[in-house]
Amino acid sequence: MKPINHVAGRAYPFGRKNVDTDVIIPAHWLKTVTREGLGKGAFEAVRKEPGNVFDDPEYAGSPIIVAGDNFGCGSSREHAAWALLDMGVTCVIAPSFSDIFSGNAFKNGILTVALPQAAIDRLMEVAQTDPIEIDLESQTVTTQFQDRYTFDIDPFRKHCLLEGLDEVGLTMAQGDTIAAFESKAAQERPFLSRMPAAVA
Amino acid sequence: MTTAPRTLYQKIWDAHVIETRDDGTSLVYIDRHLVHEVTSPQAFEGLRTAGRTVRRPDLTLAVPDHNLPTTARKDAAGNQLPIADLESANQLATLRRNAPEFGIRYIDATDREQGIVHVVGPEQGFSLPGATIVCGDSHTACHGGVGALAFGIGTTEVEHVLATQTLLLKQSKTMEVRIDGQLGPGVTPKDVVLHIIGVTGMGGGTGHVIEYRGNVFEEMSIEGRLTVCNMAIEGGARSGLIAPDEKTFAYLKGRPYAPKGEDWDKAVAWWKSLATDAGASFDKSVVIRAEDIQPTVTWGTSPEDTSAIGGVVPSPEDFTDASKRDAVKVSLDYMGLTPGTRLTDVEVQNVFIGSCTNSRIEDIRAAAAVLKGRHKADNVRWAIVVPGSGLVKEQAEAEGLDKIIVDAGLEWREPGCSACLAMNPDKVPAGERCASTSNRNFTGRQGPGSRTHLMSPAMAAAAAVTGRLTDVRELVG
Ligand code: SF4
Repeated sequence: MKPINHVAGRAYPFGRKNVDTDVIIPAHWLKTVTREGLGKGAFEAVRKEPGNVFDDPEYAGSPIIVAGDNFGCGSSREHAAWALLDMGVTCVIAPSFSDIFSGNAFKNGILTVALPQAAIDRLMEVAQTDPIEIDLESQTVTTQFQDRYTFDIDPFRKHCLLEGLDEVGLTMAQGDTIAAFESKAAQERPFLSRMPAAVA
Repeated sequence: MTTAPRTLYQKIWDAHVIETRDDGTSLVYIDRHLVHEVTSPQAFEGLRTAGRTVRRPDLTLAVPDHNLPTTARKDAAGNQLPIADLESANQLATLRRNAPEFGIRYIDATDREQGIVHVVGPEQGFSLPGATIVCGDSHTACHGGVGALAFGIGTTEVEHVLATQTLLLKQSKTMEVRIDGQLGPGVTPKDVVLHIIGVTGMGGGTGHVIEYRGNVFEEMSIEGRLTVCNMAIEGGARSGLIAPDEKTFAYLKGRPYAPKGEDWDKAVAWWKSLATDAGASFDKSVVIRAEDIQPTVTWGTSPEDTSAIGGVVPSPEDFTDASKRDAVKVSLDYMGLTPGTRLTDVEVQNVFIGSCTNSRIEDIRAAAAVLKGRHKADNVRWAIVVPGSGLVKEQAEAEGLDKIIVDAGLEWREPGCSACLAMNPDKVPAGERCASTSNRNFTGRQGPGSRTHLMSPAMAAAAAVTGRLTDVRELVG
């Protein structure tokens, strides 16, 4: 996972509410068995709309998306995060995110920034013409017009994102703690820890 | 020692926390892990690249479902037929290869136990009350119907669970949805959950685990409870739960992976202790009267876009929220609907009865009860019934339901996800409408340009008969 701290550049002023994962990457793109190449399918249906921001050369290659409420709702497909990464997006700013999407984004080194609707409205305006900057270390979103918004982030997530740490490896290092819990649980709830041989 | 009253969720959570960090993140033990072909290849790839193994292969069960065609899987000689779509075939082959490589129990496409992962789990007794259950699929909430704390995870989390049998989680807030009273005739669990989402909105449960409470859920069958919990995610919640009771125990007893002998007795004793204590409080509470719930359908492209079947297509102006107004405009345009049209005047060309929401035996029975002695309307071009598993299929056939379905002009298929998300060849053509018992009516969900109306199996069967959205109570009194 790539460390992430400063994200700066133009932003897609998308603004739409309840963007579900089918919109981010339609189901027919889910047949892949690797993580690469999904950028081609990102926002496929939106891209069929004339004048959409994703095909507007003005925003080509932007690392940021500004969106509406409840971004990433719908299915748990992590392909949504891979698709965003593959199209070069490393930060999404919205009033709120679906729990699963923000978890998936974090695990792939994408920063999700939740800001109040008023801030989103302002950033949508700025994004039309100018860049936006996000600084994870100081937890701020700024523009060259003196706009400055601070955002909250879980300290553990912040640490992992800044260092590019892989969660699986971190947890595996706690193997003894897990084993201790496992044997205690096997005593207390043997029916959950023991899997009967299936009898058809 | 006195403990403060706790909710069902809190009790399951407390029993599974390994440790909690200063920032409030907990390392949580996972009891059961279901794996299917779509969200697992990259997780196994990750393990392989890092030289990692699966910590508890015995607690993991893999079954293919999303990509499988629902047409015959074997030729007359019993050989497995090839899958035409090469990408689908490759994904299925990848799971078939990965499962034995990592020592995981695997049900194959042609095994009689094969089915949709969320139908197979409870059916095999793999999903148990009080267990933490995960799967790389957002409808994992389904297993809350047997009282499990179950939720969908992404592929990196699948890898995390495979390698460590744990997940890093933040405790959720709790939400109670309480429905007491008497459901009217023709009102099924699907109508109940569609109505709930219409009331709470698509984001109403965000950050919460929902516990469904009240006599309506107590009286509901296990199949019905699975239907309700299946759609908790459609209301924004990561999990939905219903307290396990005698019905749950009776449903699970004797199933292949359910506890046996002494373990069973211990299990039942513990399961009985899980119910929410009197006086426990919820962060949010929604109360609905059973009498207010009508047979319900969706008209838009969000599961919150529900209406009683007696209603009309709304107008964007009916909504106060400006962004919802815009969304409704886009959605009605996509759906090809005019405000003010009576829902029962909306014609359908396709009918899909299936998906992890509504493909259990009770659902097939409900559809067959409406179809019996009737025939699908001529304007319905494509109508399929897809059982949730091979065992559901066998049971339905033993009851002669397949015959009723076929005589009514509908197709009786092999188990799988099918037209729920159209990863296999079962798709709704662009611009056409589908009366569907699945859980999502998102843009393009059942195929590019498809228009989905969500409803119960009985209502979908009624739509097949009349060729339009129909109040099932007009057909069966
Ligand atoms: S039936 Fe539909 S919702 Fe259920 S697991 Fe399959 S694709 Fe997902």
